[in-house]
Amino acid sequence: MTLFEVEQLSLHYLTRFGEKIHAVTDVSFTMKKGEILGIAGESGCGKSTLVNGLMGLFIPPLYPTDGIVKVAGESLMNRTPEDIRKNVLSRKVSMIPQGAFNALNPTRKIKDIAADVIAAHMKDIDRKAIHTRLRERFDLFGMNTEKVLNSYPIQLTAGERQRSVIGISTLLNPRMVIADEPTSALDVSTQKIVIKMIFNLLEKEIFSTMIFITHELPLLRHVADTIAIMYAGEFVELGTAEQIIFDPRHPYTKALMGAMLSAEAGQKQKKPTAIEGAPPNLAKPITGCRFAERCPVAKPQCHHTKQNMRIIADRQVRCEYAQ
Amino acid sequence: MKLLKNLLKSPMFVAGITLFLGTIILALIGPLTYPITLERVGSQYSTPFGRFFLGTDHLGRDYISLLLRGLRASLYVGFLAGTIATTIGTLLGIYGGFKGGIIDDMINMITNLFIVIPSFVVLILISGSFEDGRSLTLIGLIIGLTTWPWTARAVRAQSAAIKSKDHISLARINGDGTLLVLLKHILPYLASYVFMVFILQVASGILSEAAISMIGLGPLDSISLGTILNQAKNNGALGDGVWWAFIPSTIMITVIVFALYLINTSAEGVFNPRLRK
Amino acid sequence: MLNKNSIFAANNCTREFGTGKKIVRAVDNTTFSIESGEIVSIVGGSGCGKSVLAKMMLGLYKPTDGTLLYNNAPVTNTKIHWREVQAVFQDPFSCFNQFFTIRSQLKDAFGILQEKPSHKEIEKRIDNALLAVNIKPHEISGKYPFELSGGQMQRMLLARIFILRPKVLIADEPTSMVDACVRANILDYLMKLKEELKMTIVFVTHDIGLAYYVSDRLFIMHNGRIVEQGTPDEVTLSPRSEHTVRLLEDIPEIHRAWIC
Repeated sequence: MTLFEVEQLSLHYLTRFGEKIHAVTDVSFTMKKGEILGIAGESGCGKSTLVNGLMGLFIPPLYPTDGIVKVAGESLMNRTPEDIRKNVLSRKVSMIPQGAFNALNPTRKIKDIAADVIAAHMKDIDRKAIHTRLRERFDLFGMNTEKVLNSYPIQLTAGERQRSVIGISTLLNPRMVIADEPTSALDVSTQKIVIKMIFNLLEKEIFSTMIFITHELPLLRHVADTIAIMYAGEFVELGTAEQIIFDPRHPYTKALMGAMLSAEAGQKQKKPTAIEGAPPNLAKPITGCRFAERCPVAKPQCHHTKQNMRIIADRQVRCEYAQ
Repeated sequence: MKLLKNLLKSPMFVAGITLFLGTIILALIGPLTYPITLERVGSQYSTPFGRFFLGTDHLGRDYISLLLRGLRASLYVGFLAGTIATTIGTLLGIYGGFKGGIIDDMINMITNLFIVIPSFVVLILISGSFEDGRSLTLIGLIIGLTTWPWTARAVRAQSAAIKSKDHISLARINGDGTLLVLLKHILPYLASYVFMVFILQVASGILSEAAISMIGLGPLDSISLGTILNQAKNNGALGDGVWWAFIPSTIMITVIVFALYLINTSAEGVFNPRLRK
Repeated sequence: MLNKNSIFAANNCTREFGTGKKIVRAVDNTTFSIESGEIVSIVGGSGCGKSVLAKMMLGLYKPTDGTLLYNNAPVTNTKIHWREVQAVFQDPFSCFNQFFTIRSQLKDAFGILQEKPSHKEIEKRIDNALLAVNIKPHEISGKYPFELSGGQMQRMLLARIFILRPKVLIADEPTSMVDACVRANILDYLMKLKEELKMTIVFVTHDIGLAYYVSDRLFIMHNGRIVEQGTPDEVTLSPRSEHTVRLLEDIPEIHRAWIC
């Protein structure tokens, strides 16, 4: 059964000088219950803008241009931020942010922040029942539950803080979780602990469907079932993790994979590929392929022919010349 | 340029700057268009809206002439005190924050010492001890020399924060000396902040002068908005119901200070991206 | 262990910050040497002390205990030191003063040289340095730092190195703020520097994959100590320290199981 549907979603925002930036263009995908989709792209490709669009949270200067987002058949478009916050977030779609510090009120203890989330969504539940529930849930996170619950955010380590944020975001067993670079601010050892916790929550079926956004492809190889590669606001390739990592077809995906460096046997002689230049300015209309300027195999017509998603080798690729 | 454009987009800033420029123009152009005379021209306490639009004082002097002169004097004191306080405070703050260590500690100690001593009392004591030659410039100087610590403290914190930025490290490995680093690589980053502090210092300079003149320790060589109030008070204008003796100059002081606060508050919104809507 | 020809030699080199009870030992009893012409990477997680160690080699901090010798002598005159030892930093945007044009700031680099070349010579050297990092001089003329992309800004820092031609380059996370696709470019320019100028490069990074690719030797740092040093293959393929083993295990790699 389809749980999450996104159809031709385009988003734009307005700058202070009235310029229209088309940050996300023509994004379509569907997710079944239990699926994990990874979205990868480099800084400024529109990942974070997309996150807000996927939650239906349109706070100026961000506006939907076109398209539709549906959770379990319910549309998230044309709704006020208050409506989305009250009726959608936490229960249906929940977001895990990158910076745990900004997400937690520094003047309150973890247990109070968490208790508020439960109290706001469940009427007629007494304080004691809330705290019992909190303890049960926090026991799953592999931390000292009492210590963490009774601490202020600043008293925790970065890893404990991020795990608390994830715990609070998923308290109400949301149907969908969108994780926006949840481990990018952490070092590798802490990252592994946090990912382990997410896996544990998936196993316990606290939630089962997730979109995981990162700029790190090797991480997605271990986390995601399917991977979408984003460039200049568009999905350029969408396929299974195996397909994208080991058999990329879009020139940009190939470049990303080729640029990877790893400390594995036999990798020292591999020369990483490089692409000069930067993504196009999204304030100006673009007629051709957005990657054409930097593409090593671009043909003259690529610069003025719009590229659409097509299916080759069982996955979607936005390049008519990809084999 | 873009900064100025953004500033002019804020109605609060436009209101503040219009009011403030208005008072400056009044102080500078007013005497050219209006026949200023500080001699006796009419009877004691002539009521306003007659031969003299704002009436006359206890000596029969025209209040418009007095106010125009007083306005000029008050603005002069404000700018002098503001410039001195901002210059000393900025230099000490920027240097202490950048240097750190013992030098910073010493500057901090001096700053705190000045903050702890009630500066208004010092102001009164110093002004009181200059029986002769207590000029407008001297008053401005004294105000400036007693109010710099606030600037120093605020600038020091900012300077210490910028000190650890990468462009300072790069400037140092370029071989730039301390003075160049301070002036070229730290000061520009603080310029908007220093500007706002300066505006506040000017406002408080004008208020301090008014207050000290009000209690009779003002300049002996000129008329300021404060000395007008002092004379009104000394001659019992308040009890006699001679409202035109103190209302106009009070309004003038309020308008200038209000305009400066408007500029400061609106500029903060533009300079500080976090406060931007 | 200490070699007479070492360009850097540290013996129990330690750096502490703060005083009394709040004392923090950022670099703890490190002993190592770096030979001329080598590329050495210092690898470790956040807060391991790698950046402090790099700043000590650059002469921005002095050791509080032990010794750190450059060409067999401690660093006393930093201005002379910086003629030979230069750096590129992590965030290229925060490295340039936003109030001045990039070209004028490249010109400022000449300030460290003993003899300032003629005006014409300066302009020529800047142009050549820009071309060396594949930027046409007119592309940046009159431009301010915020008008360029991250990759271009990082190349500006490298252009500065081409201008100064130091003997040693300390590169503190030079690629962590640029996109993966552009990263290889930056590495190419660093290799070019090494080839052309026979430069010694000290790389500071958290990315062991990057260190493995570029270096002749790796130092693994943990809690202020160098816990392991050796060639890239020794360190990554047969690590001896438990910290190295853990660091390697924790990195997600595409060819290896990560979380079982």
